[in-house]
Amino acid sequence: MSFRKTIGAAERSAWLLVSPLAVILAGFLVLPILTIAAVSFWNYNEFTYYPDFVFDNYAYLLTSPVTLATYLKTLKFMVLTWGFCTVIGFTVAYFLAFHVRSLGGQVALFLLCTVPFWTSNIIRMISWIPFLGRNGIANSTLIELGVIDQPLEWLLFSDFAVVLAFVHLYVLFMVVPVFNTMMRIDKSLIEAARDAGASGLQILTNVIIPLSKPGIMIGSIFIVTLVMGDFITVRFMSGGQSASVGRVISNEIALLQYPAAAASAVVLLATVLLMIAVMLRFVDVRKEL
Amino acid sequence: MTTGKAKTISRRNVLKGAAAAGGLAVGSGAVTGFPTIWAQNIKDVTLRQFGTGVSNLNEVAQKVKQDLGFTLEMTALDSDSVTQRAATQPKSFDIADIEYWICKKVWPSGNLQAMDTSKIKNYDKIVGIFKSGKLTPESIIAQGTAPHSVGFVEGVDGTKFADHETGWMTLIPTIYNADTLGIRPDLIGRPIESWTELLNPEFKGKASILDISSIGIMDAAMVCEAMGEVKYGDKGNMTRDEIDKTMAIFTEAKKAGQFRAFWKSFDESVNLMASGEVVIQSMWSPAITAVRSKGIPCVYQPLKEGYRSWGGGIGLSKNLKGLELEAAYEYINWYLSGWVGGFLMRQGYYSAVPETSKNFMSADEWGFWFEGKPAEGDIKNPQGQVMEKAGAVRDGGSFYDRMGAVACWNAVMDENQYMVRKWNEFIAA
Repeated sequence: MSFRKTIGAAERSAWLLVSPLAVILAGFLVLPILTIAAVSFWNYNEFTYYPDFVFDNYAYLLTSPVTLATYLKTLKFMVLTWGFCTVIGFTVAYFLAFHVRSLGGQVALFLLCTVPFWTSNIIRMISWIPFLGRNGIANSTLIELGVIDQPLEWLLFSDFAVVLAFVHLYVLFMVVPVFNTMMRIDKSLIEAARDAGASGLQILTNVIIPLSKPGIMIGSIFIVTLVMGDFITVRFMSGGQSASVGRVISNEIALLQYPAAAASAVVLLATVLLMIAVMLRFVDVRKEL
Repeated sequence: MTTGKAKTISRRNVLKGAAAAGGLAVGSGAVTGFPTIWAQNIKDVTLRQFGTGVSNLNEVAQKVKQDLGFTLEMTALDSDSVTQRAATQPKSFDIADIEYWICKKVWPSGNLQAMDTSKIKNYDKIVGIFKSGKLTPESIIAQGTAPHSVGFVEGVDGTKFADHETGWMTLIPTIYNADTLGIRPDLIGRPIESWTELLNPEFKGKASILDISSIGIMDAAMVCEAMGEVKYGDKGNMTRDEIDKTMAIFTEAKKAGQFRAFWKSFDESVNLMASGEVVIQSMWSPAITAVRSKGIPCVYQPLKEGYRSWGGGIGLSKNLKGLELEAAYEYINWYLSGWVGGFLMRQGYYSAVPETSKNFMSADEWGFWFEGKPAEGDIKNPQGQVMEKAGAVRDGGSFYDRMGAVACWNAVMDENQYMVRKWNEFIAA
């Protein structure tokens, strides 16, 4: 039984069709990750790092109290961002899918939502700073309206500012998949529910939300990965006072401590993959693909 | 009448010789000054310079093209990125415009070459701080990584720093200053005299410090020493115990909400001060002038404990040779000949060769910036904006007042890795 015989012509052509993507992924995704994993065991001194096999980097990383504090902080940001994005994203998608009647209207409004993305992410994030500052527009307006006497300090350079910027930047990543899923919900199911006597709220909780779960899950995956890896938004909106895992890695890179950065990166990757694996347990996303 | 071999002095030969000698004289600039090597070739040379934003100025590149003929490509980065590049990317630059504490970190990587001081025309006029370490014979050498201690190596391939002038310099000093805290006098309303004011609860939520570990730790040490909380043997080379105590005090202040934000690049510090988010913070001289030129009052406050000083210089990449190396030496000699010095001094820095810079500053500017005398007319920055009105006196006074009151230099300490770790913990707290 030769190997060639066991693969029929159809299978061979299937492998050939997949190979370009496989090669690209192998070269640009798998290989770099393996390199990073390999470097994470190397050692380093003041200006250079050299091949070695030490567990020092992991030992330091896993025993330092800073690591736990940083991960908890980042997780806190992630949960808050996810919560707000889901609520806002779901509402917007629901409105687009069920309340806008014409398909043309839906597409037009949807494109309108994506307009902010025509500007750079960083500019959109930074433009919050003059807005929320002590002498910024938000505070000045509130003072002029007489709502407050002193400027609100916690608007900027605080956790509030970080979560606000995150939600502002990433809410669209929730709107799109949920909208996509909702469009596929068979409208006759809703009719059937109404005929069975369900109220609006019951339709929402028993029909629409369960059927939108794959979309919410895809959106959540986006948000989890983006927030866990982010360092610029956290740095600017917290005024450099809050840590995030991404910042730890970028600090280590800036100090030429590549093996330590690689170790941090591997731990971060493992954590995020674990979280996503857990999330995928709850919902089967294959139906959407 | 001559034939063939015998070379006689004919009129033609003499004329040819004279023309050649004349051309040589003009081309070599013996007649005009700079450049002093063949102008023809030098136009094609491009030197890539990188450094911190303080001296990577477009105006300098333009003047280099004008005066010397070759192209100077400049890249400005923050201090940590500068260190990284100098140590790991030797092929990416020709000239490194770095600070002396960065030199201490980077020199052992072997990416820079030592410079022959006999080729530097104005070597004798360089201020004593960079050669013997003393500004005047009575000066005390301050704590920290004093520039002269990492300024010389033994021989062209030397890897260890020498403690005396050896004729081979690691960096040619170009710029330095004495740093202190910057304040908004209009928002504070009372005199500030001591480094302890940075942690004064009166300024809770309105203070800031820079997020560059090697420099921030020195500011932190100045504050803690002024508060009397920590006694240091050498602020520039702290023990683990001293580092722990310093960071503990600052972490406590951070948790109490003392700091509004931290800054990493100097424009962030300008924005924080100009917008009123912060009223007292570590600052660099150009940031003060930038805030002032926006019309907002800002003072670089001399404090009774002294200044934290830094110095920067130009280093050459190991890869430079031949014509490019000659061009680089040209550049260094031109740098020290006064125009750049004058430009930098009008922004508030000091030039390493004050004598030549004097020729490029008006008497009033020299009096104001260097001698600490009251300005006779309006003082303008190099971009033409008015920075000080007539009658103003430079914050801190004269050159000798300021550079003579240096308490410590920016430093790389033996416990550097430990210090950086502790600093990151402070930031993450």
